[in-house]
Amino acid sequence: MISTKKITFSYGKSTEFSFPDILCKEGETLLVTGNSGVGKTTLLHLLGGLLRPKSGEISIDNTAINFFSERKLDQFRGKNIGLVLQQSHFVEAFTVLENVALASWLASGEQKIQKAKQLLEHLDLGEQLCKLPSQLSIGQQQRVSIARALINEPKLLLADEPTSSLDDENTFKVANLLENLAKEFNTALVIVTHDSRLKERFPNQISLS
Amino acid sequence: MIAKLAWRNTWFKPLNTVLSVILLMASVAIITVLILLQKQFEEQFSSNADDIDLVLGAQGSPLQLVLSSVYQVDAPPGNIDYAEAKTWMQNPFVKTAIPLAFGDNYLGFKIVGTTPTYLDKFNAKIVTGKVFSNNFEVVLGAAIAEKLNMKVGDTFLGSHGDAKEGEKHEEAAYKVVGIASKTGKVIDNLILSNVQSVWAMHDTHEHEEGEEHHAAALNSEEGKEITAVLLKFRNKMGIVLWPRLIAQNTKMQAASPAIEINRLFTLFGIGLEALTYLAYGIMLISGISIFIALFNTLKERKYEFALLRVNGASRFQLLQLILIESLVLCVIGFFFGTVLGRIALIFISKSSDEEFKMAFNPLEFVWEKEGVLFLITIFVGVLAAVIPAVKAYKLNISKVLANA
Repeated sequence: MISTKKITFSYGKSTEFSFPDILCKEGETLLVTGNSGVGKTTLLHLLGGLLRPKSGEISIDNTAINFFSERKLDQFRGKNIGLVLQQSHFVEAFTVLENVALASWLASGEQKIQKAKQLLEHLDLGEQLCKLPSQLSIGQQQRVSIARALINEPKLLLADEPTSSLDDENTFKVANLLENLAKEFNTALVIVTHDSRLKERFPNQISLS
Repeated sequence: MIAKLAWRNTWFKPLNTVLSVILLMASVAIITVLILLQKQFEEQFSSNADDIDLVLGAQGSPLQLVLSSVYQVDAPPGNIDYAEAKTWMQNPFVKTAIPLAFGDNYLGFKIVGTTPTYLDKFNAKIVTGKVFSNNFEVVLGAAIAEKLNMKVGDTFLGSHGDAKEGEKHEEAAYKVVGIASKTGKVIDNLILSNVQSVWAMHDTHEHEEGEEHHAAALNSEEGKEITAVLLKFRNKMGIVLWPRLIAQNTKMQAASPAIEINRLFTLFGIGLEALTYLAYGIMLISGISIFIALFNTLKERKYEFALLRVNGASRFQLLQLILIESLVLCVIGFFFGTVLGRIALIFISKSSDEEFKMAFNPLEFVWEKEGVLFLITIFVGVLAAVIPAVKAYKLNISKVLANA
């Protein structure tokens, strides 16, 4: 579960954002929409603990994260927050399986190889375990980054424009996949997007302006 | 896991890695060779000069005298009169005096007329056979026996002078009566006989017109010459006084191996130092190459770093990652450098053995100096990694991901 209270953020003096309060419970999906430049990515980074708000409070699973030390925040993020980014980035020198296992090691100090395998097979990537990420298609890469985001069974799954580079068919596939996984893993899912196809798909929306 | 990642990254861009490793390897190899050469060279030089306080010989360059009589590497400056030398050899100040008479060689190996004391000076024992006692009986140094595969009882003809191709003394053959133990010193590459053999050989040589030789004439010492005398004193005063005393009263000179060799090392030292600087220069360049390689890849790797942070890696772990990557290069470079240096030494040893009868041991480890070299290599690695590592440490992940 994630909730925010009156968070604001500013880049220097000129650009100030104040965001509406957000609440998203386990297994639910929340769509954050808005045009470019209204602070969608900023909000996502605030929720993911990559940025700190100027004021207000963010709590994940009833834990306020804004006052954590840098190290504590890194640990908390690793364990409790899964992030699916607009473009998939990987550790280029590691295989698909190793990339997912690395995420579990960074969060828990233990490489959950079996679990990573199951998860990747679940996402229809059983054939690609030992390939390098650069050898996969864009769609496959995205599914790997979803697997990586879920390996630690996070309380919160954040997705930044997950469908911007996909066609209609794949957009709905990914939307269904994310929603189903959120239910399956009992995690709160927040999708940040300007994709109108998704707006029709998810009823629970907040629009930034 | 961080180490594994560092290792994989090292080989993911093999070209950068190979360049850095080759540069490091070259500098470490050069320095290793220098360390080993210097150590073993000095060791060989000083151990050969053990128990020799002064060398008595013909006037000329004292360095030449020392090199020729103690190290057997140069031609002697000339001969001295045996009778005159003998008066000094029998002086009560003198503890031991070893006469040396050079004349011939066999396949490039010097035949030296001397006394059995010469063997004792090098702590060489007779392994098989016995010590030379009669004319034309010789004891072979261990290395010669091995290289030429000669045994007790073999005979051979000497060639005149110190050139392999010199005129052969066909009138009389040398007979091997003993083989000396291995000492690792110059004696291993010498053929030893008594002084009289050398005289006898050259008497026949000079009188080859057919004059008869009288045993008495051969054994008389009048008018006979030797090349040098190695002196050890009972008391150190002699070392200080004799060089002047001899220069003033005779046509000979007395040279101190310690002083001459010191002078030689000072001359060598400049060259060795220059090479060492060169090697450290190469190491500096390899450090810069590692730095550039790490720095260049920072830009393309910043997403990877951001990603690691998103997945819960701490800033310190990123710092660690870059540091380890740099150290991996350094350790690999150091390892191959040490190996390469030793391979180079094998070749150097081969050619110096052929030319100067001086061999080096590539398997020796000079722990102290090589340890320091290792630490310097590691230091270069850390230094090269500092700026890239700090940059990774300070990476603003939100900014990196937002601009993606």
